[in-house]
Amino acid sequence: MAHGSGGRATSDLIAEVFARAFDNPVLGAMEDAAVVPASARIAVTTDSFVVEPLEFPGGDIGRLAVCGTVNDLLMRGAAPQYLTCGFVLQEGLEIGLLQRIVDSFAQTAREAGVQVVAGDTKVIEGRKEESGGLIINTAGVGFVPEGCAIGAAGAKSGDAILVSGNLGDHHAAILSKRLGIDNSIKSDCAPLGEMVQALLAQNIQVHCLRDVTRGGLATVLKELAERSGVTMELDEEALPVDAQVRDFCGLMGLDPLYMGNEGKLVAVVAAEDAARARDVLAGCAYGADAAVIGRVTDEAPGTAYIRTLIGGKRVLDVLYGEGLPRIC
Amino acid sequence: MCVALPGKVVEIYEKDALVDFSGNRVRAISGLVPIAVGDYVLVHAGCILQKLSAGEARDMIELFEEIEQA
Amino acid sequence: MTDFKIDMDRQITKIKAWLAAYDGPDISIMEVCGSHTAAISKYGISGLLSSRLHLISGPGCPVCVTPTAYIDRLLALSLEPDTTVVTFGDLMRVPGRERSLADARSEGAQVEMVYSPMDILRLAKEQPQRRFVFAAVGFETTTPVYAMLLEQLIEQKIENVQLLTALKTMPEVIAWLCENGSGIDGFLAPGHVAAVTGAKLFEPLAARYQVPFGVAGFEAKELLFAVYGTFRAAVRCREERGCADVKNYYPSVVTHEGNELAQRIVDKYFEVSDAAWRGMGVIPASGRLLRAEYAGFDAGSAPLIQDHKKNQACRCDQVLMGRCLPGECPLFGTVCTPQNPQGACMVSEEGSCHQYLMYHRTR
Repeated sequence: MAHGSGGRATSDLIAEVFARAFDNPVLGAMEDAAVVPASARIAVTTDSFVVEPLEFPGGDIGRLAVCGTVNDLLMRGAAPQYLTCGFVLQEGLEIGLLQRIVDSFAQTAREAGVQVVAGDTKVIEGRKEESGGLIINTAGVGFVPEGCAIGAAGAKSGDAILVSGNLGDHHAAILSKRLGIDNSIKSDCAPLGEMVQALLAQNIQVHCLRDVTRGGLATVLKELAERSGVTMELDEEALPVDAQVRDFCGLMGLDPLYMGNEGKLVAVVAAEDAARARDVLAGCAYGADAAVIGRVTDEAPGTAYIRTLIGGKRVLDVLYGEGLPRIC
Repeated sequence: MCVALPGKVVEIYEKDALVDFSGNRVRAISGLVPIAVGDYVLVHAGCILQKLSAGEARDMIELFEEIEQA
Repeated sequence: MTDFKIDMDRQITKIKAWLAAYDGPDISIMEVCGSHTAAISKYGISGLLSSRLHLISGPGCPVCVTPTAYIDRLLALSLEPDTTVVTFGDLMRVPGRERSLADARSEGAQVEMVYSPMDILRLAKEQPQRRFVFAAVGFETTTPVYAMLLEQLIEQKIENVQLLTALKTMPEVIAWLCENGSGIDGFLAPGHVAAVTGAKLFEPLAARYQVPFGVAGFEAKELLFAVYGTFRAAVRCREERGCADVKNYYPSVVTHEGNELAQRIVDKYFEVSDAAWRGMGVIPASGRLLRAEYAGFDAGSAPLIQDHKKNQACRCDQVLMGRCLPGECPLFGTVCTPQNPQGACMVSEEGSCHQYLMYHRTR
């Protein structure tokens, strides 16, 4: 089960089973979306969504599926255009619930400016232990402007690191619903098109973009550090975390640095653009609480660390294991 | 060993209380500490173990002053 | 909430300067509590110390110090008909002789995870024909919660719940460490244990062994403050006899007397007993067992001593005594990782090896 958490075990599984079978240079770069040559530069991505519960504070699996897919395209600087979707319905799924999810999917697609151009539906049997489930698989296509080369290997020493808002909201919302904890944490599930378009339109020199999903900010930054061969240095004081999410993590023995979002991005930009980039993000619908959170150096290539509140140094690695709550 | 967090008592029931942790509302057994609504308390494994107070800060203050003078 | 915090930002700079510059005789402070090891690792406090100052983690992880025989007993219970073992999450993946509770559960054994012992009341009432055994592990912080559970079981006349206890106390193991030449010059005392027992718990130890204690909280600044205070006290006690005492650096929650109601309810249901500690064997009077009159609630908790090493090279026992840094164990980070743990110190998220590896802590 640790293979699904987005950390080390997931990347090992992908490398060992899938990458080896499907090996080609595009897949080998392990980016969020694959930019392939064609008559235009097309970005392609695919994703599957298996979240439970299907509806949660702040969203549902339908909205999540659209956002997850378009955001992956956006992280390569692509303007998302088309989506496909495959719905696998498990016997027992309530039609009313399905309709709400499909409507949410459609509405989010409109918000994100994408068209659903192909789809498929299958029904599978329910089982004694569970029924009424839903899985959504998507593929997304977008177009990358000429000269745009945003990818995981682009970070340079001296760059500034920004995050577009509060950490951990989505994961905290899902866990809260599953564990029955009474709070008002909402998933931050959102399409990041406005934000990415704004950064590019304002000529911010963007070197890397990554959405902060499974595995959390720490996992994303460690991966960027490795791909770019640099050090990512964060300031704990600068990290934006909502007080409710922070205390939820405290109660559950979790760490916001490793909690996933579904509507936040990390941007690595040229140092001179840092303040402007923050303002651009903060001016976008989903960019409240955007902050400059650190810098890129060449201290120790492939590493990431955080300067703690008391100036100590805490090395960050990708997420181990499942990130389940502990108690005592 | 001792994952415990301070929160604020918002409601009191017969055997437990509703404790608010920045918006997370959790019930905790209250039989070990006399509490009133508005008190800040330490909760561990679903049980209120202590009340927070400005308390016996003497050792802190002494060390504080020692550092100031150094 | 800020009423309870003293503003210490200015002092932090001076504290850090002292800690980094110290070049007197080597001083070692033991962070007894697993949650302190976690906090120290997470805030990078040991990285702020000069090479002469040492923070050593100790046996303060109740899951780590419990021998494998306890897990095996739980496993056996989970396979008995109409019996469900109930536990906190921490215990699920700790290996017994052959396997863990999590392994057994995936093979059909009846094991349930809860967040509070009180959750067992609901389970027991929902299934009155089923026997529930709670894996009651912990130190003085958690024992009062089990006592409250007993109180509720009796009051609500619930008869299908029992405890398998592995309850331990701090003073005797600290005494054991002092008596067995562990080279420790001072102790960072567990703040939440002290919230229950009072800071007074450590006074006889300070007096007898002439080592200072600093009762510490868990947030970055107050913890650093306590670490500094305790190092300073240890330096002083090296030079002056008779000066070792207990300082309370967590006054918002810790008092001299502690929570006397909690102490009384623990005494009501539990008596002092011997307890088995991984690496240290049986330490007299270092634990708690249900009193004879409550034997009906006991699932057979007499100290389960046998400890089995999955890998003979495992040095968990040495790590728990502060005699070996996690990095000095030959298996650390290579054979033994959180995904493939060889011993409890790596499995438990409060375990020293797990913390050191996860936070890349080296000293």
